[in-house]
Amino acid sequence: MLEHIGRYFIMLQKTFGKFTKSSVLRKLVVREIDDLIIGSLGIVAFISFFVGGVVAIQTAINSDNPLLPKYLVGYATRQSIILEFAPTFISIIMAGKVGSFITSSIGTMRVTEQIDALEVMGVNTYNYLIFPKIAAMTLYPFIIVISMFLGIFGGYFACITGGFSAHADFVEGLQLDFNAFHVTYAFIKTFLFAMLLATIPSYHGYFMKGGALGVGKASTTSFVWTSVAIILMNSFVTNFLLT
Amino acid sequence: MIEINNLKKSFGESEVLKGISTVFEQGKTNLIIGQSGSGKTVFLKCILGLHQASEGEIFYNKKPISSMTENERSLLRQDMGMVFQGSALFDSMTVEENVMFPMQMFTEAPADEIRDRANFAIKRVNLINANNKLPSEISGGMQKRVAIARAIVMNPNYLFCDEPNSGLDPKTAILIDNLIQEITQEYKITTVINSHDMNSVMEIGEKIIFLKDGEKKWEGSNKEIFKTNNAAVTDFVYSSELFKKVRKVYLEESE
Repeated sequence: MLEHIGRYFIMLQKTFGKFTKSSVLRKLVVREIDDLIIGSLGIVAFISFFVGGVVAIQTAINSDNPLLPKYLVGYATRQSIILEFAPTFISIIMAGKVGSFITSSIGTMRVTEQIDALEVMGVNTYNYLIFPKIAAMTLYPFIIVISMFLGIFGGYFACITGGFSAHADFVEGLQLDFNAFHVTYAFIKTFLFAMLLATIPSYHGYFMKGGALGVGKASTTSFVWTSVAIILMNSFVTNFLLT
Repeated sequence: MIEINNLKKSFGESEVLKGISTVFEQGKTNLIIGQSGSGKTVFLKCILGLHQASEGEIFYNKKPISSMTENERSLLRQDMGMVFQGSALFDSMTVEENVMFPMQMFTEAPADEIRDRANFAIKRVNLINANNKLPSEISGGMQKRVAIARAIVMNPNYLFCDEPNSGLDPKTAILIDNLIQEITQEYKITTVINSHDMNSVMEIGEKIIFLKDGEKKWEGSNKEIFKTNNAAVTDFVYSSELFKKVRKVYLEESE
């Protein structure tokens, strides 16, 4: 375990070592933005809209006590989407989607000796392969913004069309006791998750062993460890920033 | 010229290379042969710097690799071309992009010049109408040619090939062998080929070293390999009836 952690940090150090030629790096970053960010918008939008709806409906049907205020549904939806669902839940999903893609693409390059070919040419393979992914993932907060918007909109849509809440009550809940720091907190942890999403799967792909089966195993291991790291980071950041 | 002095390499307790010394001369096709597991690939990877040698020294043009700075090593690598066993082409790039890649990475040449040079290399390996194809869309033999084109596009002084004709039909294998030999002589490159293809040994092996259990057991040319009485070599090279007959005919003719 300690050996893995040590090797992971050495990998990070080498990633920011000798830089690839900027004209080549630019193209790689654009390609990674397309693969990792643009390519994830569809699934994030779909999940956010429907899970947002379910969160709102669950809150509505489990809080039918007349003593509870009517704006509660909007308030609870906003808080759960902004604080946890969008940054954390979506990041776990992205560990499966983006993480597996990163591990399998780098792992396949390892198996087919493409990484060796780059090394023989004198390319800093860490920088060439991993840095563009880190650079692309700095745009990850934009995905989370979309997720927050669609999650809340999904909740609103489900409540209004299903008759669980009135428009005015839901909007009042959304605006009630709004704390801007909660959004800052969400983006701080989103950025940290983005770094984990880019680097842990890269580590598992880069140092994978074996053939095609090894790529599959590395992808699964990568998903597990990225998820664990996200959960632990979430716990640490929440304790540090909100308590 | 590459000079190797008492090269040793161990993985944990297991000693894979047990003190190999040899010289690979410029403008010659040098072959490393031996059974699977004899240490050929580890030897080649040590020469390339992909593995760190446990002991011994490698000299490129009389300069020891261990005393080179990081920058000197980087420059040396740009002077090397490598053809991998599985070609190792970048599967997201077309044939032309694969060949252009080393120049795009390491030169400041304008795009047109890079494209012209890549097309020259592609033509040199006799590839026609393949520029815009992806590696997955071309045959194994064509992939090997692309790998050779990519390896020579920077005009390297050193060319390394790991089993360049494995998985190819006999005719294509001979074409690839001949192409490597032509390029070696034409550009005065120091070529080192890892092979266990006996056709390559007999056709293009200007210098051959035979490895067994991580040790150099024999060294000589393709002419000398017919005459040697080294039991380890004859046991390996003339294991088939066909090659025994080839040897017999060669020795009879030379007498």
